[in-house]
Amino acid sequence: MENIAVRIDHLSKEYRLGTIGRETLSAELQSKWAKIRKKEDPNSRIGEDEGTIGKKFWALDDINLEIHKGEAVGIIGHNGAGKSTLLKILSRVTAPTKGNAELHGRVASMLEVGTGFHPELTGRENIYMNGAILGMSKKEVDEKIEDIIEFSECRQFIDTPVKRYSSGMYVKLAFAVAAHLDAEIMIMDEVLAVGDIKFQQKCLGKMDDAAQGEGKTVLYVSHNMSTIRQLCTRCIVLDHGKIVFDGEVEKAIDIYSDIGRGELLPQYDLSDAKRPSLEHGKHTRILEWKLNDGRKTADFFNNERLSFDMCIKTDMNEERIGMYIAICHESSIPVGIYQTNSMGRLDAGTCKWFRMSLDLDRLAPGVYYFELDVFRMNSLGNATSVDHPKKKIFFEIHDAGDNKYIQWQRKYYGSARLGEIVIE
Amino acid sequence: MEDRIIYIKPKTGLLEIEWGNLLSYKDLIFLFVKRSFISKYKQTILGPLWFLINPLITSFIYTIVFGKIAGLSTEGVPQLAFYLCSTAIWQYFAACFMGNANTFVDNAGIFGKVYFPRITMPISTVIFSLINFAVTFLLSCAINIYYAFTGQGIYIGIQFLLVPLLLVQTALLGLGCGIIVSSLTTKYRDLQVLVSFGVQLWMYATPVVYSSSVFSGKARQLIMLNPMSPIVCNYRYAMLGCGEFELKSWAFSWVVTLFISLVGIVMFNRVEKTFMDLV
Repeated sequence: MENIAVRIDHLSKEYRLGTIGRETLSAELQSKWAKIRKKEDPNSRIGEDEGTIGKKFWALDDINLEIHKGEAVGIIGHNGAGKSTLLKILSRVTAPTKGNAELHGRVASMLEVGTGFHPELTGRENIYMNGAILGMSKKEVDEKIEDIIEFSECRQFIDTPVKRYSSGMYVKLAFAVAAHLDAEIMIMDEVLAVGDIKFQQKCLGKMDDAAQGEGKTVLYVSHNMSTIRQLCTRCIVLDHGKIVFDGEVEKAIDIYSDIGRGELLPQYDLSDAKRPSLEHGKHTRILEWKLNDGRKTADFFNNERLSFDMCIKTDMNEERIGMYIAICHESSIPVGIYQTNSMGRLDAGTCKWFRMSLDLDRLAPGVYYFELDVFRMNSLGNATSVDHPKKKIFFEIHDAGDNKYIQWQRKYYGSARLGEIVIE
Repeated sequence: MEDRIIYIKPKTGLLEIEWGNLLSYKDLIFLFVKRSFISKYKQTILGPLWFLINPLITSFIYTIVFGKIAGLSTEGVPQLAFYLCSTAIWQYFAACFMGNANTFVDNAGIFGKVYFPRITMPISTVIFSLINFAVTFLLSCAINIYYAFTGQGIYIGIQFLLVPLLLVQTALLGLGCGIIVSSLTTKYRDLQVLVSFGVQLWMYATPVVYSSSVFSGKARQLIMLNPMSPIVCNYRYAMLGCGEFELKSWAFSWVVTLFISLVGIVMFNRVEKTFMDLV
């Protein structure tokens, strides 16, 4: 109870579809008059019927949420999911239609950087201006102005009107002000999408410090998953105005990215799968792939081996072929590859089954997928891909529970276990 | 550290303005004033001198057109002093009114992105206009003192103390009208066009370029129903000692002023919560 920073209770926001009212007062009166006389509205547009006008649309639909102090919460969702509406309500730019919210502490909202910047004012004057708009008193800005100028990297230009600034400088200055705001709750909408990478990292670092070091609460909306990963400790997925997920960041990103869990099938017919080019699979072609130990789903413990059979057909003599399997985490982040040595030779017109297996001990628990790739090696040792069915083969790894490894945190560790540190 | 709790609710009370909160935004009000000042006069050669030139030229024109050509009575007061006085108070009213008439539409960019008490904006406009007024006022005082010493029909006396009261009333009336219009223009833009035109008309319905003594009887009563009329007349009475002190119509004008500012605040308060969805 004590450490709640934001409490949102059945919050809803409704918008009316279509044009709100008529554009002018006289047109509105005209419409009203026509309605009284039961005549056709002279201002209705062609094709506009009762269906679209006055129809309600819930941009936010019964949102309930509690955020604790010191949490950095990411809010993700597709366009129109209600992210910005939520932030607008929390920053009191617009009022909700139903429901309540409570914010414990001062709020700094950065729905846009540089709000209230006036082109004619100098950088220094704009710092005061922007600071005041965000709720800082002159005294507070006085105390921080040196830090702000330092952070903005614009010291040289600080007494020049900002209309002469480059857009990058403008943004840096604006963000510097916002970042130094002494608020308990920071609300940010995609503000880091601007500025160069170095400055973005600096800002993220600053935000991270604010959340973890100073116990501030951060609410952050972005489409940039890597910044969400870097900054947030918790993540909310909004869809059509509803919270569809609330919890671990990685999980939320997976849900948002719409990958979901691919089906963990034990068998794939690859003969008709798409190939990246016409050359692929022209002479040598992978026909089928299947697990060979009778499993019904591609579900493994990390101390097991993934063992499979694969059928390759060819209509020319292949002297020396090999293959590799590039493993990706289900969120499309590559992990590493498994590779064969030479698989030997294939004779024209034959169809040959290979039995292979992968050691899964190096992979952290999670869902992964891979695509197969068969390549030809020439005498110099250069490889050319000859077949590559574009079919993702999914499998899942569970922890065997042998306590060999520490609790896995993908956000920090990635997906590969590189092995044991040898004590010498 | 004290834990301030902000409550977000769908609707607020009619007169629920966070006045306490406003105090912590006083720096913002002054920065807005400063911003208006700088943006108005940066890159002009004469700069703030325009504060002086504008009312002076207006008064000269009035002197020529209404004083010399039309020959309207100025109740025995030197024409320049008469018109400068009238112009000063009227321009203050017009600035408060027109400066606030577009508050929401003009500042949609800022209002849509960050919260601060919206009322800071109109207040800063009133203060900025007051600076404008002060310059004209000082000039007008200097001229009046000169005429008073040379004995040209100007009497400066105790009635001068009415000036602050009249100024507060003018500001309230201008502010009230301005924010009513700005609240309405979020939905209907018609009023925007009407305002600058309307203020012109309103000026001619107010004894600014003429003295109230040109009317008598019913016509005079009618003209005094205009809440600005007794303000202008009494302002001239306070500054120049000319005409009569209008007590009855002034009392009525105060009632109208308070009513308009109340309506203005209620409307402003209602609109500020949701105007972002309408603008």
